[in-house]
Formats: sequence, C-alpha cells, structure tokens
Amino acid sequence: MRVQATLHALVERVERMPDPAARATRTITVVVNNANYEAEVAVRCTLVDFIRHDLKLTGTHVGCEHGVCGACTILFDGRSIRSCLMLAVQADGHRITTVEGIAPRSDDLHPLQQAFRDHHALQCGFCTPGMLTTLIELLGENSDPSEEDVKVAISGNLCRCTGYRGIVLATLDAAKRMRGGKGSTR
Amino acid sequence: MKPAPFTYHDPQRLSDAISLLASLDNPKVLAGGQSLVPMLNMRFVQPDHIIDLNKLPGLSDIEIVGDVLRVGAMCRQRDLELSPIVRSHCPIIRGALLLVGHRQTRNRGTLGGSLCHLDPAAELVAVAAALDAVVTVAGPSRTRNIPFADFPAGFMMPAIGMDEIVTEVRFPLWPIGCGYSFIEFARRHGDFAIVSAAALLHEDADGRVIRASLTLGGVGVGPLRMNDAERMMVGQQASGALFREAAESGGSIDALEDAHVTSAYRRRLAKALSRRALEQAHARASDTSRAGRAS
Amino acid sequence: MSASVVGTNVERVEDLPLLRGNGRFVDDIDLPGMLHAAFVRSPHAHAAIRSIETTAAAALPGVYAILTGDDLKKILVKTQLVVGLPSPAYKQELHRPVLAREEVVHVGESIAAVIAESRYVAEDAAALVEVDFDPLPMAVDCQQALSPGAPPAHRNSSHNLVAEFALNYGDVDAAFATANHIFRESLWQHRGGSHSIECRGSVAIHDPIEDRLTFWSSTQTPHVARRILCDVLGRDEDQVRVVVPDVGGGFGPKLVFYPEDVCVAVAALILGRPVKWIEDRREHFVATTQERDQYWDVEIAVDAAARILGVRGTLIHDHGAYTARGVNVAYGSAAAMPLPYRVPAYRLDIKLAVTNKVPVTPVRGAGQPQGVFAMERLLDLVARELEIDRAEVRRRNLVAADEMPYVTPLKTRGGMRVILDSGDYPRCQAETLKRAGWDGFRVRQLAARAEGRYIGIGLANYVEGTGRGPYEQVSVRIQPSGRVHVYTGAAPMGQSTKTMLAQIVAEQLGGDMDNITVIAGDTAAVPLGLGGFNSRQTVLAGTSAHVAAVAVRKKVFAIATQLLETDEKDLELDGREIRVRTSNAVSLPLADIARAAAGLPGFPVPGRYGPGLAATEQVVIDNMTYANGTAVAEVEVDIETGGVKLTNLVFTHDCGRAIHPMIVDGQILGGIAHGIGNALFEWMAFDSNAQPLTTNLAEYLLVSATEMPPIHIGHHESPTTLNPLGVKGVGESGV
Repeated sequence: MRVQATLHALVERVERMPDPAARATRTITVVVNNANYEAEVAVRCTLVDFIRHDLKLTGTHVGCEHGVCGACTILFDGRSIRSCLMLAVQADGHRITTVEGIAPRSDDLHPLQQAFRDHHALQCGFCTPGMLTTLIELLGENSDPSEEDVKVAISGNLCRCTGYRGIVLATLDAAKRMRGGKGSTR
Repeated sequence: MKPAPFTYHDPQRLSDAISLLASLDNPKVLAGGQSLVPMLNMRFVQPDHIIDLNKLPGLSDIEIVGDVLRVGAMCRQRDLELSPIVRSHCPIIRGALLLVGHRQTRNRGTLGGSLCHLDPAAELVAVAAALDAVVTVAGPSRTRNIPFADFPAGFMMPAIGMDEIVTEVRFPLWPIGCGYSFIEFARRHGDFAIVSAAALLHEDADGRVIRASLTLGGVGVGPLRMNDAERMMVGQQASGALFREAAESGGSIDALEDAHVTSAYRRRLAKALSRRALEQAHARASDTSRAGRAS
Repeated sequence: MSASVVGTNVERVEDLPLLRGNGRFVDDIDLPGMLHAAFVRSPHAHAAIRSIETTAAAALPGVYAILTGDDLKKILVKTQLVVGLPSPAYKQELHRPVLAREEVVHVGESIAAVIAESRYVAEDAAALVEVDFDPLPMAVDCQQALSPGAPPAHRNSSHNLVAEFALNYGDVDAAFATANHIFRESLWQHRGGSHSIECRGSVAIHDPIEDRLTFWSSTQTPHVARRILCDVLGRDEDQVRVVVPDVGGGFGPKLVFYPEDVCVAVAALILGRPVKWIEDRREHFVATTQERDQYWDVEIAVDAAARILGVRGTLIHDHGAYTARGVNVAYGSAAAMPLPYRVPAYRLDIKLAVTNKVPVTPVRGAGQPQGVFAMERLLDLVARELEIDRAEVRRRNLVAADEMPYVTPLKTRGGMRVILDSGDYPRCQAETLKRAGWDGFRVRQLAARAEGRYIGIGLANYVEGTGRGPYEQVSVRIQPSGRVHVYTGAAPMGQSTKTMLAQIVAEQLGGDMDNITVIAGDTAAVPLGLGGFNSRQTVLAGTSAHVAAVAVRKKVFAIATQLLETDEKDLELDGREIRVRTSNAVSLPLADIARAAAGLPGFPVPGRYGPGLAATEQVVIDNMTYANGTAVAEVEVDIETGGVKLTNLVFTHDCGRAIHPMIVDGQILGGIAHGIGNALFEWMAFDSNAQPLTTNLAEYLLVSATEMPPIHIGHHESPTTLNPLGVKGVGESGV
C-alpha cells in the first residue's frame, strides 16, 4: 500500500528556533578497553549512550536510566559505576572498561566469564555485562569472597531470569580458579 | 528518559564555581550525580545550567585535625567507607555507609552531595546529625560554618544560599572505644531506610553513661535527635531497662506519613530500632572496655 | 553412536556472544539514517481529548514527523488492535486504538508519536505537544468499577463488566448443604509487572526495492506480530518480516502487540527511513501490560475427615482498560485452583471488570499461581480449624499417582478436557516435607521462641497447565556444507530455546552441538508460528524439532545406505559423518549426503524419500501437559519491625523429562525469585484516582541477590505420553 505524503504533521527541516543548549557539544578523549578515543559529544548525552551509540560498544545495556538496575555498570578508572548516571563529558581524560574489555584476548574468556558459562549464570544475558564488571571489581579487591560478600556485591544488579544462584556459584568458582585452585566444573 | 537541554560548565577553581552559581539563571550543581542525574533523566528537574564540581581540586581530603574528622565535600562515599582513619576514629560513619545504596553508587556519590540532597531517609544525613557535624559552605564573599542541627531548612532543602557550595564537613570525634551503632529497617539491602537509628555511647569503666547520642532518620524532614532520651541516660547505668526507657520516646514522635508507609509504623520502627541501636552500641562499648582492661 | 545429548548439561549455544557483550538486542541495532521515536502519553486515568496541538513540537529542529490518531486514520487499514483471544464471555468490545484520539482510558496511554533525529530531541518535542483534556470520572479498581452507579471506564460504555463466566462442575450446592464443615476466605492478590531488565522496543525499516518491511522487535510472538502488522497496514505476509533479536527477558507482556509497534512501522513507511523506539523504564510502568488485581471470595466444604466435598466462590478480576489479550488470566486462575486435589464439585463465578488502569495480560504464571494460592489458603484454613496437620489435610485430598491419567471435569478455554496426564503428587509432597524437616518444625519453633525469635513454615502444592497447543512449526535442513540448520518461529527470551532445539536435533543428527545452527523467532524462517508463552516451546517446538530431525535422519540413512551399499544397521551417524561400523575407513560426510540429496539433472535422486535433506513439522498437540510440584518455605518474622526473612525454601518439581537439567533448575530459580517478589516485594500500586504510585525501580521492588534464601530443588520425572519427548513446560513453575 503506498502511503500518501499529505500527512499534515510531516515537517520541513527548517531551523526556525535554534536552541544552542540542545546542540551544545564538547570534544572529549577517553580510553576505553585500552583504546584511545577522541569524540565530539552532546553535553547532555549520558555516558552509557555515548558508549553504546558513539563508540558502538553495545555490550553495556540500559535497563532503567535511574541508577537502580545495574545493567549499565562499567568500570570507570577501575571502579564500578552506573554509566546511566554520568554524562559523557565527565569521562574526558578517564579510563573505562566495559564488558567487551574483560576477556584477556579476543579469542579467550576471563575465568569469571568461563565460570558464568559453567554454572548457567546467565539466561537472557541482559544483566550479564553489569554483573561481570561489578564482580571483576569485587574479585580485584577480595580474592576469597564469601557467598554473602558476593551477594552484597551484586545487590545493586538486578536479574529477572536467574534467581542469582548461578551467578553466586560462578563467582565463588572463578575466585577459586583465580587463586590457583581447580574450579568445580558443571 | 533523556535529560532536557542544559549548558555544561566544569570549573577548575572553587571561586569560579561559586561565581557561576551566583550569576547563572536556574543552575544546578553536579557532584556524584547519583541523586541529580536520575532526576535529570526523568526531567523532574530541568536546570538551564549544570555546574560540574568534579574538577575542583582539594575537596576530597579525609584527615584528623585535633579531635575532629575533616572530610572534603567531594569525597566519594566509597573512599570514606574504605578509609582506615574513618574506621578507627569514627566507625559509625563506616557502619552507616555499608547501608548506603550499592558499591556502584558509593563509588561516585559524595558526602556533600548526600547532605545537600537531604533525603529524609539518607543514612549520611542521620549520621551527620548524630555526630553534631559542622558543614562549611563557601559563598561569593565569605565562608561560614553551619551546625548540622541548623542544616535542614525544609523538605530536601538545606539552609544554604543559592550561591553557596558546601566545601567540607567536620565531625567531632568521640573517644576511641565508644560504643556506636547504625541500624535501619529497609525492604532490601541498599534501599533507603524506612527508619534508621544511630546511637553513640560513651561509658565509664563501670558502664555508667557519660554521654549519649540517639538519632532517628527517615521520620521527618530532617533527622531527629532524641535529646530528652539522651539527657535521661546520662549518669545512668547502661542496661536493657535503660535502653527500653530511652527508646519509649521513639513511639510518640511526629513521624512522616506517605503513600507507602504510615506514621504509626514509623513510630513502631523508631522505638524498636532505638532500643536495638543502644543495645548494640553498648555491646561494642563493653567489648572495647573489656579489651582495654584485659590488655 | 555418540553419547546422548538430550538430558545432559551441554554448554549453551547462547552464552558466548552474551558473555562477551556481543549480543544483539533490539537497541543494539543501528541502521544508517535511523530516526528515533518518543511518545506523548496520557497523564490522566480517564479524560476526553479536545485537541492535540503539535505545531510547536513539529517546529523543533531535528523533528521529522508527529503522528496522531487523525494521521493514522489516513494511513492504516485498521486503527485498532483487536483482542488476541476472542471469547464468548466478552460482553463488550474494548479494542485498543493505536493512538488515542477521542478519549484516554489509562495513565500512560499513547496519544502521539514523535519521530526525530535522536531520542533526546524526540523527548524535547514530545514535551511541547499540547493536549487539551477534559477529565472524566474514573473506574479506579475492579470492585468499585462493578458497584452500581460506578463511572464507566470508557465513556461510551454503560457499565464496566467486560466479561463474565463461570467454571463449574458437579453439584456444588448439594456438597455445601451436606458438608460437615465450611470455611471461607477472602483474598486480594495484587497487581505486578513483568519488569524484564530489557524493556520493550522495535526497529522498522522499509526496503523500497522489494517493498518489504522488516520489523525487529523484542517480542515473544513474531508471527502474531506479523499478522497484526499486515492487518493494520494492509500488506501481504510476504511484504512484512518480523525478526526477534536477542531478547532481555519477556515473561509475558512482550507477547502482546502494542500501539508503539504500529507507529514505528508506519513512521518507517512514510518517512522512508529506519525508525527505532526503545521503551524506557518509566514507560514500562504505564504502557506495558501488567497482571491482575484479583479479589477472591471462596469457600471450601469438607467432610468430617477433612476430605474436600466442594469449592465455590467468586472472583473479581481487574482487566484493565482494554482487552489486550483475552480472559485467559482469570480463566487460568480459576482452572488452576482445584487441579492437584480431588474436588468433586466446583464453581467459581468470575467477573472481569474494565478499569482505568494499564491492561492486564499474563505475567509469568498467567494467573495460575493465584488459583493455587487461593486453594492452598483454604486448605490451611481447614487444617487450622479442624486441628489437623496441614500436610495431612493435603495428603487426604491429593490426586494419587495410580489415578493418572486423571480426567477432571474441567475444560480448557479451547474446549479441551483437562486431563492430568502424569505425576506423583503425594510423593512430591512427601519428599519435600522430608527435606524441609517438616516433622521437626514444632520443636525448632519452640526453641526459637525461647530465644525471642518467631519462625513459621508453609506448604503449597501446585499443578500447572503447560505446553499450550496447538503447535509450533520447526524445519530441519542439512545444508550442502553438512551443517544442520533448525528454523522456527519459536521466540527465545532467555529460556535457552536455541540450546534446547539444538540438543533435540543433535540427538538425531550426529550429536555434535557445534554443527547445529538454530534460526529462531524469524517469520522468514517458517511460515507459521505462535511464539513463546504458557511454558510451551520445549513441548511444542521441541516435539516438532524432534519429529523433523527423525524424518531427516531417515532420509540421511536411506541415501547413505544406497551410496555406501551397506545395510542401514551397519551404519552409524556420528558427528558430521555416516560411518560403517565395522570399518573405520569407510565414511561419508553429511555434506556429501546433502549434495547427493539435491540431485543432478537427468539422474534419479538417491534414497527413497525424495530430494533434499529437510523436513518441516508442526506437530499438533491439543491437550496441555500438567507439571506439578511442592514447595515448603520457612520464614522468620521480626515481630517488632514486621520484617520477613526467608530462611529456607525446599522445592520439588516434576516437569517430565529434563532436556537440560541445569537449564531446568535455572527456570525454577527464576520463577521462584518472581514468586518471592509477588509475595513479599512487588506491588504495582495505584492511588484512588487510578494514578500509578510506583513508577520506578526504587519504589517497585524487584528481588535482588540478598533477598534470595537458600533453595533446595529436587526433581521427579514423570514423562508425559502427550509428546514423543515426554517433556512438560517449566518456565513458570517456580512462581
């Protein structure tokens, strides 16, 4: 069916009321997963939108945009943060690690990722990147976390699929492997 | 949910930040962003200007000066939580911080930001009241110090001018070995407290109360220092009966009522949590004094 | 012969890309020239629309189009989304307009679509659209809505009873007249949402060369979505393709087709550019369907030995503002109530009320957990009043294993008899009680009381209908490369559909999971499909995949026999080749067999099944298969604060044969988390003006890791004879 273009709401691209604030941009430099980026960003663009749509690193996800679900968690100068609650311009001069930067090599998996696989710690995978970055921070601080430590660490990451048990078991297993012990397999 | 347009400023000097705040129309200050950015995203606030404080130097110190813990306003909550100085000299702050949000929010959230946001349920706000903190604010022409009791001016409104910025907070220290406790009732780990209770007890070697501080959070526009209960406890022998009596006053406070929680329920929580906080503070004080006597 | 793949915990085929952050969810789709949509939504629960003023919004730089209901009338063949499951129980037609033009009937209803260069600008423009409303009186909840003189939720309706029906069998009045004991309970089971961590979303692009609209959508029902798009746009099936990308959880509401989806498709067509809309969390609270508000008033009649004589009562169910799906949630609740037990007489009179709230459609459980809860509460009441152990009351009434298949007097909505096909309910209960330490509980409770602690224990049995028919089409084809491709419209949303299908097919075709590729959720893959809901895809798609794979296997062997000149019994299919058992040297790769099967001009096709190594199946299974389980929960209550802590949860379940035990466990754990949420944390609250009160995740509480108790899951496998795999659904069991 052909569509008539007589739609009264179709707009001509006439810049009648330019709003400088809406289009204001800044140039930022940021290191993401050890790669340097220089980009021009809208000042009101959130960090997660910048990562996903400007840098095309879509592994970090948007779940709520008010800082509760944790799907957008990345490492900012090594610390887990909610990238939906930062502006992209605030990342200028800083280092970011996203889920795409967790594996040691592109053809390999971090022990935590492998453990997630072994323990069915992901189902739909949407919360997974945020879980991984958060847990990487935990394992960096605490090489032998208790079950409670792990649960508290991910208390700010919501999952609607797994019931969390697989994630906790995977983390404890990964910690063991990283300490040099033999992990438990499925 | 994307923010409405704004002009972004990232001053590198405190004086510039203050000038901007004083001269711009409809500005908002951005500290940790954990409270502001959700509101920006939801368009609950639509400032024309955002003044980002994160590049201002020298506002993140944690140090002991005499008998005061001095913390810069931009100090990250996580740094405060992990600080050995805070842990040894003012452990109630750490106790409260473990209940504040989640590690991701504490990695960015700041002390100053939490105090200025002044959410009735915020743990840091309650702790500041419990410790009689003093907030330093800097304006265009002067710096002034605000005792925390005077800091809340209204619902989520600190008593600071439109052109003033909080620069640091000073927490007077209690002697090392004092009992402390920060407990709250929340639905889930990391949620805002529905009601919180902060207790500090300084006891002598015989378990007599020399000084007490009891603060309820989440019950009113600002934290509630239970001054009558505190006065009543001084000079008394610490005991379960004393704490039960001290906690009674929690049951008759004027408490907030909202769509989710009734004031009656808050009063019940206030009473129970007051008693438990005092008991836990006492247990800690006793542990320390026992340890002290043993060594 | 290779080791069995079905029944083992193989690595999931879904995992690697998701772990690396290389998934492709709908918001990850980025197309050149893509525009973005935002919606203007009603702030009123009920209002007439006098005018919609879009001039200021349209003048904003970066805005390309603004669509209202008036615009759609000129473009669409149909401007309404018709009820998904028609029913004779409906008394009113309340189909949803794509964009509201005359009247809005719930907070969040879509009024206008703004298409702009970015979501940021689209939201700026949406804020400038001015709608002139005349507020109207509201039907604020389902009880008030049905009371005499209640304001109509739709101004052109005279009342709010949208549907009415009864489930009944046996002589309920006689049962109650002669009963030794009658107990009554009133229950309110509150509203909740799905809150998949990924909200909804869709992307549409029109290819003018082939005149085809491709529609990526985070949907559970791609074929249904295509059908509806074709209907509203007036296009043929070949002109619309719906593709399901990675989906970050569905849980029910993503099976509905929504106004936003239509607008995205229309915008792509009229603007000649790809258009994307991603729902944000606040929208999810007001524009995505939710489940229930149910008021139960039920009674149970028992004899002196606590044997059930009858159950009767009324159910008032909040349908929300539109008939977005059907009466299925209420029906499911009513049908689930008596299932595990021998209930000689049953009558539930059900009224569905339309209210000025978000429409109600299934959320994980689809009403069945609510029926279970009502029954279990009644049984607890019997036990308490007659001073009999709660487990004993149930024991006396559970349908026994030797009564299977147990023909109940109930019928499904399609008119099929409800037959409990298999299961050992008493054994499930007994094992759960044992593992939970039920018998020793009193002692534990007294000891706790002495310490000033208050603990409690609860028990529930459930039987749930799964595998909703009638079919799910699957094609299996061996490519000239030797790779096995599986095609289906079945929709994955995290429940490991691709792994499940790969396992079932690999079982028949070489056992090498790496040689199987599954293309799911694509209307271009197979012509027919229904999608994912009601715990059906392992049963229906799994069965079709199995039957198709078996057919392809027969073809493979027939050709191999001929080409290798060996008897079928001496051949084995292992990995990617057929081998002669006695001689390691003689083998034939699947690739060669596939090429041979394609035929050569002038030569006979090898084998005896005709050309090609492919089969398409849509096995029809009308009867539902009934899974069951028992749960025992131990809790501690802080009597000063009212705080509830779950200290232990023991769960025994039976979903028939487990294709992948770890995935089955994962489904149960996820369902349990949702059930805990429903019971203790989640409440989609509205005020007395039907305004939503919980509109963000800080107010609407989803369970996090720290709220999960220790959970012990035990398994039974009572295979069903209703499908060749013996499987039952499990996706909603935990709830």
